[in-house]
Amino acid sequence: MTDLHFTDERPDPAEVTAADAAIGDAAVVVTETERLVRSGTARRRGSRHLLLPALHALQHVRGWISPGGLNHVCDLLQVPPAEAYGVATFYEMFRTDDPGHTDPVTHVCVDAACQIAGSEALIAELEAFGTHVRRSPCLGQCERGPATFVQSVAAPDFVPADRDRTMGTVSADAEPHVISQQGDPSLRLLKRVGVVDPTSLDSYRTHGGYEALARAITMGPDAVIEAVAESGLSGRGGAAFPTGVKWRAVAAEQGRPKHVVANCDESEPGTFKDRVVMENDPFSVVEALTIAGLATGAESGWIYVRGEYPLAAARLLGAIEQARGAGLLGPDAAGSGHTFGIEIRRGAGAYICGEETALFASIEGFRGEPRSKPPFPTTHGLFGEPTAINNPETLLNVLDIVSHGADEYRSRGTEQSPGTKLLCLSGRVARPGVYEVEFGITLGQVLELAGGLTGSGELRAVLLGGAAGSFLGPDSLDLALTIEDTRAAGTTLGSGVVMVFTTDVDMTPVVVRIAEFFRDESCGQCVPCRVGTVRQHETLVRMQRAGSITDERMVLVDDIARVMVDASICGLGQSAASAVTSALSLGLIGKPA
Amino acid sequence: MTATETETTVSLTIDGRTVEVVAGTTIHKACEAAGTDTPTLCWAENLTPVNVCRVCVVEVEGSRALVPSCARPAEDAMVVHTDSERVRHSRRMVLEFLGSGVDLDQAKDLARWIEEYGADPTRYDQPDLPAVTINEPVRIQDDLYIRDYDRCVLCYKCVEACGDDAQHTFAIAVAGRGFGARISTEYDIELPDSACVYCGNCIAVCPTGAIQFKSEFDLRAAADWRPDEQTVTRTVCSYCGVGCNLDLHVQDGRIVKVTSPVDHPITHGHLCIKGRFGWRYVHGGR
Amino acid sequence: MFGAGGGTSSYTEIEETDVIVLWGSNARDAHPIFFHHLMKGLDNGARMYSVDPRRTSSAKFSDVWLGINVGSDIALANAIGREIIDAGLDNRGFIAHSTVGFEDYAASVESYTLEFAAEATGVPIGAIRELAHAYATAEKAQILWTLGITEHHNGVDNVFSLCNLALLTGHVGRWGSGLVPLRGQNNVQGGGDMGALPNKLPGFADMADPADRARFEAVYGMELNPVPGKHLTLMFEAMEQGSMRGVYIIGENPADSEADIGRIRRLLSGLDILVVQDIFLTRTAEMADVVFPASVAWAESDGTVTSSERRVQRVRAALTPPGQARDDIEILGEMARRLGVDWGDPTHEELWDELRSLSPAHAGMSWDRLEAEGGLQWPCPSDDHPGSPFLHGWLWEDDLGGREPAPFTVVAHEGPKEQLSEEFPLRLTTGRALDSYNTGVQSGGYDSPIRYGDTIDVNAADAERLDLADGERVRVSSARGSVEMSVRVHPDLPEGLTFTTFHFPDLVDTNLLTSDAWDRRSGTAEFKAASIRIDKLVAAGGAE
Repeated sequence: MTDLHFTDERPDPAEVTAADAAIGDAAVVVTETERLVRSGTARRRGSRHLLLPALHALQHVRGWISPGGLNHVCDLLQVPPAEAYGVATFYEMFRTDDPGHTDPVTHVCVDAACQIAGSEALIAELEAFGTHVRRSPCLGQCERGPATFVQSVAAPDFVPADRDRTMGTVSADAEPHVISQQGDPSLRLLKRVGVVDPTSLDSYRTHGGYEALARAITMGPDAVIEAVAESGLSGRGGAAFPTGVKWRAVAAEQGRPKHVVANCDESEPGTFKDRVVMENDPFSVVEALTIAGLATGAESGWIYVRGEYPLAAARLLGAIEQARGAGLLGPDAAGSGHTFGIEIRRGAGAYICGEETALFASIEGFRGEPRSKPPFPTTHGLFGEPTAINNPETLLNVLDIVSHGADEYRSRGTEQSPGTKLLCLSGRVARPGVYEVEFGITLGQVLELAGGLTGSGELRAVLLGGAAGSFLGPDSLDLALTIEDTRAAGTTLGSGVVMVFTTDVDMTPVVVRIAEFFRDESCGQCVPCRVGTVRQHETLVRMQRAGSITDERMVLVDDIARVMVDASICGLGQSAASAVTSALSLGLIGKPA
Repeated sequence: MTATETETTVSLTIDGRTVEVVAGTTIHKACEAAGTDTPTLCWAENLTPVNVCRVCVVEVEGSRALVPSCARPAEDAMVVHTDSERVRHSRRMVLEFLGSGVDLDQAKDLARWIEEYGADPTRYDQPDLPAVTINEPVRIQDDLYIRDYDRCVLCYKCVEACGDDAQHTFAIAVAGRGFGARISTEYDIELPDSACVYCGNCIAVCPTGAIQFKSEFDLRAAADWRPDEQTVTRTVCSYCGVGCNLDLHVQDGRIVKVTSPVDHPITHGHLCIKGRFGWRYVHGGR
Repeated sequence: MFGAGGGTSSYTEIEETDVIVLWGSNARDAHPIFFHHLMKGLDNGARMYSVDPRRTSSAKFSDVWLGINVGSDIALANAIGREIIDAGLDNRGFIAHSTVGFEDYAASVESYTLEFAAEATGVPIGAIRELAHAYATAEKAQILWTLGITEHHNGVDNVFSLCNLALLTGHVGRWGSGLVPLRGQNNVQGGGDMGALPNKLPGFADMADPADRARFEAVYGMELNPVPGKHLTLMFEAMEQGSMRGVYIIGENPADSEADIGRIRRLLSGLDILVVQDIFLTRTAEMADVVFPASVAWAESDGTVTSSERRVQRVRAALTPPGQARDDIEILGEMARRLGVDWGDPTHEELWDELRSLSPAHAGMSWDRLEAEGGLQWPCPSDDHPGSPFLHGWLWEDDLGGREPAPFTVVAHEGPKEQLSEEFPLRLTTGRALDSYNTGVQSGGYDSPIRYGDTIDVNAADAERLDLADGERVRVSSARGSVEMSVRVHPDLPEGLTFTTFHFPDLVDTNLLTSDAWDRRSGTAEFKAASIRIDKLVAAGGAE
């Protein structure tokens, strides 16, 4: 591999500069002399992971990925142009047609929380002003909707809501983020948010940072994994898999390179907790990932942060650089005697890349299409090698467990759901935002914590767990929020979304939009999801037009839901009907007005 | 299924019958050994399973979701159901979904399965909102191939054959996402401008006629494609010394297309442009 | 050097080998389906070294491309041999047990230092050393070659120089290791196996050996002439001398395909009688006194062919030959009848059975087995023999299977016969394109979307020096003739090298240019190394 074929289009100088900077010295073909050229399969495989950063560079420099620019990148990385084009067209943030301008583009979130906060009105306003607008899936700012994100040409991407605080830059002078629970001594995961300077390693250390890593090194890998296992910590991304089991499996793999990955592609509509942590306490993610690396014996760590989180990416990058400078990363990381480094990757707008195997494919420079499991990431993960992948919230718990021990950790929460949980409150509550609560708190108590309902109506429904979760009615306020109780109730905590709707909200557009979200975000790989999400959305649009749903169409919705749940490759398709069917069965939609 | 001395076997239950197969055998192959017909579109003997069509799913006890039989190895003591209500439902729905979006007229075995599973692809198309379909023009860009995406079920076979399962040319890949995903060259440039080397291996694996020899397309257009009357004769290509086997499909004394047997140890069903198209001189074309 | 001539390995072995040395072969274009197997090997982790003057499409798959000077193969091979010995990486046990002539070989390569080889080949020292070490230290390694090795005036020596490396390291006679010449037509291997060589009888029997002859005489019922015939190149010499006045050509188009075709056409047209048997009225057939229209061997008649991995496979008639065209065997039978011998009307199977009775390597390959098993690899001596995936396993047996050890062959670097000169300062080499075949008689029959026609590929620096633009029509001349062609400025050629195919004789008589030097042993001409000049069609003064 490979005898590539290129069209005649050439890159412009700015594209060359940008792509070369992204790829560095990793060009596959090396011409040593006119008679001696090195390339080959191993070199090509080794550089492919730079495709995504190189595509970002092209998009950024001209506002689209031009054929000439793509040819240049493909030549450097020896990636077939058709494959690279397939990758580029996979992502929401990449354009492969010339937009005809180099102005910034404002992405406006149209998913549920922002939808009911007036995103369509905002779009109309922006467009009237001449702004280039793209309707966007959830931008992870549900507590401050309608959310926007600005993608720029040859200037940094930014979130307008951050700009007020940071003036578009990451500086120590930035005003601290304020959360509702600020100062609450019981906080474990959020204790440094708004307290620590997120741009300063010294500040982080002053607030207890890197004590857990030091302790983990003293304990040794086995004891760390043992503590994590004993703590009962389970994954906070939605699947709730026991973290100790995962780490132990990776630690047991010998003889191949291993990886730990922080899944910071927080894209579940309604979810923003990891963003708050990454932006305001980035060192904690870096420290916890380092512990994961040392515990599992992985030398390479990866942070994959969604493209719509430029501030989180910048702060994480800053944290990595400072940690590296202080010897906390690199050969003999933190004096552990082991090598551990972290690379950061920005996603480019694809909900599916939060699915762990899709995320691997995305880092590897392929389309973010999920892979069948088994085999599982613990044996066949990133680059086909053993990998432990966790989301930031899960990793943060490890700091607490290592510092204070499993027993202390288990003193919070319930027997089966020990510890605390981050919840993302949005919709019609008085104080939307991220909250840290002990497992076992009831839904009603959570609403109270957030200051109760806002607006004129009564409680109509709560979307628990995000678009992939399900709607609950007002009769569920006593539901205890634990993994076991929600499972028993036929719902899920998922990523911790608690999105509140009152009776003055028209639920039909909300649910139709959820169906459209899955239609847009399906990767297209498997038939049940690719076609099922389309047919589900079409059926709901018919319902919306008719004002109610017929029995025949109810059968159709049910038939579609069952095949998506049963036969889709990954969790996206398997959960794409969950919110819709729960809305129908609760009578939130489909009934004649 | 016989195992050599060095191979271990596993024993599983398929629809109540015990089947013993060599370790590593897929459930799909085990079903075949048990005499159970399993529909599939995206699986082929000479390609790596991608398990995307999901029409081959089976129920494995203890597994929450259904399992793609084409890719999952059989395990000892596995209990498999191929005819449960869940399996039949999923298969029926996948067939309906495909039929609701693309033209399956030329897809081998599809009509039989649609009948067998009672699939009704028409029920999605309703007057108040027509079901979206692929709706692309037929691409005729040279004298050898045609592409008709209205027949494409996105089984990835052509991409695999063009890519690392055989040809390593990568002229085509999946582009776009969701229902808008298409098999495409970069920027949808015309095939003659792309990396395509016209080996025809994509055509050989296409299950639906979405990519087709122009010779076949022209005969079909003239209502003169008569597969039942065609003879197939196996011979060896003359264009180099590798020894690729060719199956010459002959209608009315003329070659109408050339394929290669997938079970042949030299070609595994794949050919090059000369073997695939170099026969025309036999009929005086020059 | 090991007896029967044939690739030692099966294609599937390359999928499991560790180091691949692709030498003078552009298999990606010329043997595409073999290359599928090779690419599986690369995907499975094999390292590949390509030795080729051009950075061909095949070379682009390699870990290292060594762009040697045309015709410097022996300098490179001998230097690799010397480096392997010098570094103590030679397989002493294998050499002692299975080979003879090592001392002479070692002495002969002593002068082939890395410095000398770098000078002769143009490839840096480090790369030569790296290739030597990679090949010698690999668990399994294969050397593959095609006409880049054989189409030289010393092509046989080139082959020996590669075989020496396999003997030095023990990379032969084992699964995954071997020496593989890739054949250019579907029955080059079979033609040789069947005795279509001047000094051979079918099944590798020796014309000069009375015992071998006797076996055939018993079956044929007549005495055989023990004097070897002439190979192609000697035939043209005989025509030139006037000692050969009549020629019967079957399925060959020398008036287009031979090197220095100006001379060839003159010789053919001076014959007393020329008979041509072909499927088309080729340029050669147009010169003939009598033409026998033949059927297409692979689509209109039955028989067998033998591939580069020694696999004998059936070809079958799918079509009825048009008009008066007839099967080659039928035409030959009729010829014999007119000449007074009645061979009857043997079926293809009967002829095959006769061959099996005479060739032990084919004895076990009944027509039924070939049908049922889809082909068998020789040697297959008996009905219950499964055929042989690789050759020369005897080299690793305690008693060498009762054979003589394999000999090293001392060979010396010479370089191409035709040196570059002030008048002809550019090197021209030739080869195949993916979609075309030889003189285009067959492949011209379809419209290939990827055909680029009669171009001469030129390095960008040369093009600039000669003031040539991409696509420009130019005059290309050698000491033997001159033709008009289009320039294709190409990044994959080193400075001073030019390349063209020979597929479009109707457009360009490439072989007017090619060298008439040839190898006395194989009869193969030095297609790969001519010296040429490129001139602009319209010179400054308006001449031409």
